[in-house]
Amino acid sequence: MASILKIIAQRLALGILTMFVVSVVIFTAVNLLPGDFAEAILGQGATPEAVEAIRKDLGLDQHPVRRYISWLSGAVQGDLGNSFAQANFAAFVGTDTGSGLSSVATQIAPRFENTMFLAGVTALFAVPVSLTLGILAALYRNSVFDRATNIMTLSSISSPEFFLAYILILFLAVMNPILPSLSNIYEGMALGERFTKTLLPALTLTLVVTAHMMRMTRAAIINLLASPYIEMARLKGISPLRIIVKHALPNALAPIINVIALNLAYLITGVVVVEVVFVYPGIGQLFVDSVKIRDIPVVQACCLIFAGAYILLNLTADVLSILSNPRLRHPK
Amino acid sequence: MSTLMSIALILIGLLGAGWLLRFVGQRLTGNKPFFRDMALGVAFGYVFGALVLVWLVWAYIQSHSADATTANNFFFLGKAVEGFAIFAVAAFIFRLLGRHIGPDASRKIFRSMPLTASFGVLVILIYAFVAIFAAWLAPYGQEEVLSSANIVPGGNPAIGGNPDFPLGTDQIGRDIMSRLIFGAQNTVGIAFATTCLAFFIGGTLGFLAATLQGWLDQLLSRGVDVLMAIPSLIFALLLMTIASAWAGSEKGLLTYYMILIIAVIDSTRVFRLARAVGLNIVVMDYIEAAKLRGEGLGYLIFREILPNAYAPLLAEFGLRFCFVFLTIASLSFLGVGIQPPTADWGTMVRDLAQFINFAGFAPQVASAPLLAAGAIALLTVAVNFVVDWMLHKSSGLKE
Repeated sequence: MASILKIIAQRLALGILTMFVVSVVIFTAVNLLPGDFAEAILGQGATPEAVEAIRKDLGLDQHPVRRYISWLSGAVQGDLGNSFAQANFAAFVGTDTGSGLSSVATQIAPRFENTMFLAGVTALFAVPVSLTLGILAALYRNSVFDRATNIMTLSSISSPEFFLAYILILFLAVMNPILPSLSNIYEGMALGERFTKTLLPALTLTLVVTAHMMRMTRAAIINLLASPYIEMARLKGISPLRIIVKHALPNALAPIINVIALNLAYLITGVVVVEVVFVYPGIGQLFVDSVKIRDIPVVQACCLIFAGAYILLNLTADVLSILSNPRLRHPK
Repeated sequence: MSTLMSIALILIGLLGAGWLLRFVGQRLTGNKPFFRDMALGVAFGYVFGALVLVWLVWAYIQSHSADATTANNFFFLGKAVEGFAIFAVAAFIFRLLGRHIGPDASRKIFRSMPLTASFGVLVILIYAFVAIFAAWLAPYGQEEVLSSANIVPGGNPAIGGNPDFPLGTDQIGRDIMSRLIFGAQNTVGIAFATTCLAFFIGGTLGFLAATLQGWLDQLLSRGVDVLMAIPSLIFALLLMTIASAWAGSEKGLLTYYMILIIAVIDSTRVFRLARAVGLNIVVMDYIEAAKLRGEGLGYLIFREILPNAYAPLLAEFGLRFCFVFLTIASLSFLGVGIQPPTADWGTMVRDLAQFINFAGFAPQVASAPLLAAGAIALLTVAVNFVVDWMLHKSSGLKE
């Protein structure tokens, strides 16, 4: 037990270290921008005095290392700074009345929740469907069913997300108006309605993610089917379904859990394109918008959140696969 | 709820039909093993598959019987079925030709090829042909603004088409077919160049790390770890923001920055593979022999390691190409990739996307954005089919 805790603590420490280095990379990358926001916002009317004043307000006149430290210490405490685009003068002079619209954290929080909702709904569909399909494909391997699912999953993995999204819009929203093609989600919406509006983006993501998970499940199970203990079970006359579910699946769990976590991590990046297509008010949409108007604090914060979620899910995958596989618990 | 109920009823009905099929089969064939050992789930699968096929045929017939000017719910389904059939037949003929024409070596390859792989090879060849000869194939220039805008695809004058522009024109009057053809050159060409660059960077560094090891290996590996901790699309978007600020009004420059950025991000994955493959090769005796012979580093990497790492790297090249291609398409779709007026499929999808909403009135209108997106999907599907076959062949997975 102690060794497990030690391994988990090691992984966690490694994850935090990675996160720290990633934050340095993000900060450095953003600071490679030529000129700065002060010049950009003032445009042609930039007098040296005005530029200087805004720089001072935003703290752009300080040394990069100092700015990094203050940004990081703020970020750790949940203060991600003020959005440049939503900035009003009051926020910088310190007389903000507390509407709070201009701070990055208040901008991101509701959208983050929306994105999590979308990812959650997707996982709700994708995980059971892909596991079932994977087990069925392993059970009836090399049959017509297996080949058909193979072709279909390969096609949906390799199609761009927006292609799948538009196909779904075409068939489920335009030609047969069953679901809404735009996901205008607002606060205080009834859960049922919110679910309906999230369904189409969630279905798109499900198509993308399911394919990969299903193929990995199938491969993991088939890999095991050649081992002697499966042969033994077969010779005992156990039914093929029981062999797979009872004997092969527990041993295939580690790679399957790994692939589920990795795909959930993939969801985090996949949402960007899908959110843009469906105008879903999530964090991906905010990110793309901020990238276009170069709203640096928001871009930084979104990047940090995406990277954090990615690292966290990879970490979870790591830990879970160690827990589910006794052989990995005792490293040589 | 009523839809859920009817779906459940259909499923139960299918299950009953499956049972009936098995029962009748057992009686008619005198309990042949095929029917005797059939699980109920398998019988259900057969009935379900048959039903889907019947429905497809029915829908295909529906898609033709209606008048072209009115909306038809089955228009796209019909086209999809036609496209599928045409490609399947073309792939079959292509494989047949490959088996009987050409040198022995290529005939041997074609003999063991599944239909999906021959489809992939055929599509890749077609794309390569179109990309190389785009300037001769396209009826108009990619930036040429013609006199009439918003012509409906299909070339049917009754619904606003024009036979001169078989796939119609976009909002400012550029011929969509020409832009699709030039898009093959631009999008595929740029993706190919980016992948080559990524392989050059990642492969060289990976083999270097494997051969030299020590601090260089540690440094490169940890650097790659950090870069891989950031989701690639997010990182690409972040760097593209910075690149767009550097490029300023020089939009052409941005494309070069994009190639560089994506190549660097993707080279991390190549590095991992090249290093892993390289490490396995470096411990071989013939490397030891070459080292004792006093061969230089360049000779070791390019004459000893590279030829032995060909097979996995080639399969990875196909997969990497797909990823790069999709990343570029996504970036262009989000508006920060390949810049207009250069014709590019991702940008075309974004520009033409709102036409999809008119599909209820005239299905042909919606086909333009789908064609651009479909062109992207078709190529990646084709490459993936070929890679899948290559991996299957090299891994020797039989079951």
